[in-house]
Amino acid sequence: MEPAEIISHTGGVIGAGWLLIALPLLGAAVLLLGGRRTDKWGHFLGVALAVASFVVAVLAFVQLLGFAPGERRRGVALYEFIPGVANMGLLIDPLSISFALLITGVGSLIHIYSIGYMSHDTDRRRFFGYLNLFVAAMLLLVLADNYVALFIGWEGVGLASYLLIGFWQYKPSAATAAKKAFVVNRVGDFGLLIAIFIMFSTFGSVAFADVFPKAGGASAGTLTAIGLLLLLGACGKSAQLPLQSWLLDAMEGPTPVSALIHAATMVTAGVYLVVRSGAAFFPADSTASLVVTIVGVATLLAGAIIGTAKDDIKKALAGSTMSQIGYMMLAAGLGVAGYAFAIAHLITHGFFKANLFLGAGSVMHGMNDEVDMRKYGGLRSLMPITFVTFLIGYLAIIGFPLLSGYFTKDGIIETAMEHSAILGWLAVIGAGITGFYMSRLVFMTFFGERRWAADAHPHESPSVMTWPLIVLSIGSIGLGGYLILSNRLMVFLGPAVGQPEELPAFHFFSPVGLATLALVALGAAYAWLKYGRAEVPAVAPRGSFLTTFARRDLYGDALNEALFMRPGQWLTRLAVFFDNRGIDGVVNGLAAGIGGTSGRLRRIQTGYVRSYALSIFIGAAVLAGAWFVVGTL
Amino acid sequence: MTTHYLVLSALLFAIGGIGVLVRRNAIVVFMCVELMLNACNLAFVTFARQHGNIEGQVIAFFVMIVAAAEVVVGLAIIVTIFRTRRSASVDDASLLKY
Repeated sequence: MEPAEIISHTGGVIGAGWLLIALPLLGAAVLLLGGRRTDKWGHFLGVALAVASFVVAVLAFVQLLGFAPGERRRGVALYEFIPGVANMGLLIDPLSISFALLITGVGSLIHIYSIGYMSHDTDRRRFFGYLNLFVAAMLLLVLADNYVALFIGWEGVGLASYLLIGFWQYKPSAATAAKKAFVVNRVGDFGLLIAIFIMFSTFGSVAFADVFPKAGGASAGTLTAIGLLLLLGACGKSAQLPLQSWLLDAMEGPTPVSALIHAATMVTAGVYLVVRSGAAFFPADSTASLVVTIVGVATLLAGAIIGTAKDDIKKALAGSTMSQIGYMMLAAGLGVAGYAFAIAHLITHGFFKANLFLGAGSVMHGMNDEVDMRKYGGLRSLMPITFVTFLIGYLAIIGFPLLSGYFTKDGIIETAMEHSAILGWLAVIGAGITGFYMSRLVFMTFFGERRWAADAHPHESPSVMTWPLIVLSIGSIGLGGYLILSNRLMVFLGPAVGQPEELPAFHFFSPVGLATLALVALGAAYAWLKYGRAEVPAVAPRGSFLTTFARRDLYGDALNEALFMRPGQWLTRLAVFFDNRGIDGVVNGLAAGIGGTSGRLRRIQTGYVRSYALSIFIGAAVLAGAWFVVGTL
Repeated sequence: MTTHYLVLSALLFAIGGIGVLVRRNAIVVFMCVELMLNACNLAFVTFARQHGNIEGQVIAFFVMIVAAAEVVVGLAIIVTIFRTRRSASVDDASLLKY
């Protein structure tokens, strides 16, 4: 089934959909411009506006459900943005409202959690200002009805991400990480921009409503070019290979930021972009969609491998985020059969990964901001709520039967398997590695001996932090089954992204599912042997070269340095040399030549009247002689 | 007939020119300048006479007036320099240079 037509809409909550973006934007403006005056109540305003935005999203969702499925793509015109080129408007359809609910819902929970987590930080107000700015930009990204407005949101989330990674900018590592994220994202943004340029020159418009119907008329080469450039943009934002290197460093930001931006929402913007543009630019079996699946599989394996070797709890989770987004990319590259699974996994991942990150934050909060898992251990009895919610998130992510991740990841693996056995089995192996590294994380943190630092006094976090964890863990339990069983999400998203003619049936314990479970169990058992039962050394052992390989992020940074940084430095050195010697040489040489000549010429000014008189005479004689010669000719 | 006057004018002019170039005493240099001016006057008058018109004579008068004004200013400068430096040599007044 093809996506439905976009129907222009006025009135109701959907007509006032701009409130979704305006409310958090207002919060950001008040908090960032209000200065210290808003210190006392700023965080409450931030939370209130995020929750208000969530309420608007829910009301819009309810109104959207009131329409027949084929009429659920509502375009809301706002104003002429660039006359004749881009009209600013919102597209509220099942896909964008799903994102809006996830962003504002999980976003609100993380806002609430941050009240507790950031309570000791003197800059808490600024933090909430940035968080609100992020929510506004992210909502603009997913609600925009054209690529230019989407790009503005895209850059807005990049800015918010930069500001929040570098929130503790007095730490050099945080400042560097922020800069790195910004620079790497520029590479992806470059791809997205060029894709928009090509769209505009080919179709004469950047609005979804104009571009998608016309896409069939463009040449295959143009469509592939647009698809690959969009994918480059998606890779940058979603930390997919080869633009993955920024995400691990992005963990320098406060933990709620890692949960909201670098796990649950922003990094999924690439998946949104691919799914949104999917029907037009990533048709099944096209080159572009093939590259999407390859990128997805490569990243899901790379992220999982990185996750196995990290001792920093947040970096291990960041590797896991990369890996899970790899699954989503893989599904998004499978065409119309995969979109619903990609979005379902995206939503459930938003819940359980936010759950895990906030749990990790809760652990850090109780452990004096220690992130090294080798200095954790045996925390389960001291942090019961954190432990139980973390355990639920953990079981969800490894795909424990009947929890969220089981349904959504299994859907992706089954669909990939139908598409190509290689992709499917690689995804299964990725799931096995997930089982290992997540179990390792849980065993090192909550089980085993207490390897704490001398001054650590672990304690359960305040209820303002544990309640969001409980809500998120409920989502981690039930959401996946709700979305996948009887294809609820697929049917709901159908009008927006299309759906296959034949809806897939979910088989509990299919052969592939059992194989996945077996591998996951194997991974978990191996983790138990290595990190649960055996003693965890306080200093990481050197390990084999494979361990070093994973610990060094698969040499991604080294590769970037060798391929881009060094040649770039050579190029700048060459340019500096050319500037100093070439351009400056000409300019300085000219100046020196004129200076030297005039220095010699001024010696003629002797001050003696008679020499001046002589020069006048000679001049007069020369003129007279010349006149004489010319006169006789 | 006019040739003699013109030769005389050229001779006077040459004497004046050489005087300006070789003499150091400012008064003498000054007198040589006057000599050159008057050599010109002689040439003007000669040509006026030869062509039978009045312009050359008129210009000779102009030259005399200018020369008179020049003498006033020039002598004043020379006297001032002499008062401060006790010298009328043009080579002594060579401060204004590179």
